[in-house]
Amino acid sequence: MEFFRIRKDIPFMRHALLFNVISLLTFLLAVFFLFSRGLHLSVEFTGGTLIELNYAQAANLEQVRSGLGKAGYSDFSVQNFGSSQDVLIRLPLKAEQNTAKIGESVMQALATEAPGATLRRVEFVGPQVGKELAENGALALLLVVIGIVVYLAFRFEWRFSVSAIIANLHDVIIILGFFAFFQWEFSLSVLAAVLAVLGYSVNESVVVFDRVRETFRKARGLSTPQVLDHAITSTISRTIITHASTQMMVLSMLVFGGETLYYFSLALTIGICFGIYSSVLVASPLVMWLGVSREQFIRPKKQIEGANADGAVV
Amino acid sequence: MNRYPLWKYVIVAVAMLLGLVYTLPNFFGESPAVQVSSAKATLKVDDKTRERVASTLQAAGVEHSGIFLDSNGVKVRLRTTDSQLQAKDLLEKQFNPDASNPQYVVALNLLSSSPQWLSSLHALPMYLGLDLRGGVHFLLQVDMKGALTKRLDSISGDLRSLLRDKTIRHAGISREGERVVVRFRDSEARSKGRMVLEDNQSDLLLGDQGEGEDLKLVATLKPEAVKRIQEFAIRQNMTTLHNRINELGVAEPVIAQQGADRIVVQLPGVQDTAKAKDILGRTATLEIRMVEETAGALEAAQAGQVPFGTELYVERGGMPLLVKKQVVLTGDRLTDAQPGFDNQTHEPAVHLTLDSAGARIFKDITRDNVGKRMAIVLIEKGKGEVVTAPVIRAEIGGGRVQISGRMSTMEANDTALLLRAGSLAAPMEIIEERTIGPSLGADNIKKGFLSTMWGFAAIATFMVAYYMLFGLVSVVALASNLLFLVALLSLLQATLTLPGIAAIALTLGMAIDANVLINERIREELRNGSTPQAAIHTGYERAFGTILDSNITTLIAGIALLIFGSGPVRGFAVVHCLGILTSLFSAVVVSRALINLIYGRRRKVESLAIGQVWKPGNTTGNVAVN
Repeated sequence: MEFFRIRKDIPFMRHALLFNVISLLTFLLAVFFLFSRGLHLSVEFTGGTLIELNYAQAANLEQVRSGLGKAGYSDFSVQNFGSSQDVLIRLPLKAEQNTAKIGESVMQALATEAPGATLRRVEFVGPQVGKELAENGALALLLVVIGIVVYLAFRFEWRFSVSAIIANLHDVIIILGFFAFFQWEFSLSVLAAVLAVLGYSVNESVVVFDRVRETFRKARGLSTPQVLDHAITSTISRTIITHASTQMMVLSMLVFGGETLYYFSLALTIGICFGIYSSVLVASPLVMWLGVSREQFIRPKKQIEGANADGAVV
Repeated sequence: MNRYPLWKYVIVAVAMLLGLVYTLPNFFGESPAVQVSSAKATLKVDDKTRERVASTLQAAGVEHSGIFLDSNGVKVRLRTTDSQLQAKDLLEKQFNPDASNPQYVVALNLLSSSPQWLSSLHALPMYLGLDLRGGVHFLLQVDMKGALTKRLDSISGDLRSLLRDKTIRHAGISREGERVVVRFRDSEARSKGRMVLEDNQSDLLLGDQGEGEDLKLVATLKPEAVKRIQEFAIRQNMTTLHNRINELGVAEPVIAQQGADRIVVQLPGVQDTAKAKDILGRTATLEIRMVEETAGALEAAQAGQVPFGTELYVERGGMPLLVKKQVVLTGDRLTDAQPGFDNQTHEPAVHLTLDSAGARIFKDITRDNVGKRMAIVLIEKGKGEVVTAPVIRAEIGGGRVQISGRMSTMEANDTALLLRAGSLAAPMEIIEERTIGPSLGADNIKKGFLSTMWGFAAIATFMVAYYMLFGLVSVVALASNLLFLVALLSLLQATLTLPGIAAIALTLGMAIDANVLINERIREELRNGSTPQAAIHTGYERAFGTILDSNITTLIAGIALLIFGSGPVRGFAVVHCLGILTSLFSAVVVSRALINLIYGRRRKVESLAIGQVWKPGNTTGNVAVN
């Protein structure tokens, strides 16, 4: 089997502007939704109590709600979790509440209205933890960005590292935008997925950039857009196959992983789809516009004579 | 060109073998077990305990499949859960005849059923996190400010009595926030006071403030002292938690420090959160009371006629003791209790330190009661226990009390621990709590396993169909990656959580990238007219640089998660980082070794089974060949 039978380099760079405009629009849309709707943060970030119940038959959510209401709870949310038998109750943080007894008091409240539930999971998160998690998440993101920029600048060129990070950070924003638009729950594992996607789609740019460098060194007489076109074309088969393989695994998690892994794999799916697009079709034009050229990879003669420079240079 | 030296094959073979050995224990599952461990610091579980367990079970005719002694205690492996419960009840009765004063913790547990030879190689199954096995997780925040305030309060009391002893006149001592302020009327008194404090209180930083009539000496704690107090507070709180959790009968509780001021408590298998929280949050109080020694009173009390204003207690040694209800001193006044030795007799002793108010009361009490006995009573759950009841030999001033006589070193240790256990050094608050039911844990394992399995199957099918033999080699490399990863996780006993399983799946999905890169590169070389052997060689060589770069960027993200992540994110990050490292080895070295074995030895290779290599027909000199 051979899926990709490409005779000539595909002129990606001719449409560079179009790709970037599409990407910019998506980005702006994502930012808009992030600000207008905001993220639906999980209990881990906001603080509060999460209770998962399991009923032997399909649960009657109305009864659960009225049971909680009668017991004096307010601002709670009750919904199915994965199946009709599983119920997830979210309670907000309250200053004067006795958090130690919340699990039992909820069970007691439900004992009359909606009996027959078994307690599957209780999670309580205090307010100080949530704030810290948000801070640590931001720090982790910052560390990833700095680490990748420095590494790529060291291995390639600053132009590459800047374009790679711009392309991939905008992926992150787009994932967040999706979560804001659909009001999917943004939990710690989604955060982990987002950061993993960041590392993963930088891969993509690295593979293309590697080829760009190689082509610059090998082939003379090609213009910069031609070099980029060639690099993208010759790696496109690998790009698609790799992403498809990773996506197969993620899809399997989406299908079999249950509710806990659902949003994790959803974030990965969005990240992988946009990752292909942006790390190839957004990062490469950016490199071009930042003014990458052959001279940056082939050192002038003086330097070669002077020091015992890079032996790889011919 | 495509041959590995022997040592490289040997390395691959050894790695595979080790991977297999350390992965193996995960396949044997677990069998029910009962664990007997000590509930008291003074009680050691040893070979004798093991024999006692064995004889108890034998006498009752309960069949078991092995009794082991390890650092945790004695573990009995049983065949069925029924006999597990039966054995637990039996051992409970045998080892804790007095249920209100348990000497041992008898708990249900699960033991790996892997054979002995594996366990002796330290090949253990992966350590499952609470979300996979069920249990309770608490994160407790220790109020360090509270600990410091408490300490400063007692220091200001100490300063007061110190200055009084040295007859230095001052105009008041008070704690203001995190400092203690001593006021003086003239500078001479202040400089004298300063000298005295410098000599006696090495933990304090002193500074002069104010002028004229209102002179101040401001004392703050030195940073080292603050650090020491905080460390002490967290250690003491952990010790206290340990003692309390022992009561719950949990087989493998985890009590660990997290960061500077937090304690994680994990109780696998415990479902009764209410009881767990009750026990964790319990406040025990320590009281010092006088012993009623009127002739005949004790006998009357034993006969059922407890005299008014007294209570009957049993001393730890088993002797009955009649104690007055009136409390002389409470545990709040006790700042420290340490085991040690008597200066003169060199007998084991317990040294108590009281704060200044406590010291004054203690001085008065001891002066009036020389020759009588006092009892130190630990009250928990409204039930008292006499820790020790020493005879007062002389008036004790200064707040340093020594209890000695008829004590072994172990007893001194135990007494000091109990005296300290009475209270937490600093208040604690539960800031995070998770309870996971056992059925949910089993569900999570199943879900994680299914997603990994089906994902792997899909990738394997595709790779073999698309790249033929090279695809098969890639799949074997990927499988070896899984093997190494699981072996490494088992070997390190890193905690595996559901996000960890997700990370295994994701790492596999990403690791295939390396093999796709290699295979595509080889096809490309073939397309450009290289000979098969040269194509393999350059394909691997060229792809390696790219693989390294892309893995390092992924690793950067993984490390950031590891540093800043907590809880589920950390579990994800650990597996992710390890997986990137193992995938570098398996994708490059293992797959190359296999390819070399297949193609490297043949003299003439006509074509490679890497699937169809399509060549553009219109390029000069190239003919489309399969």
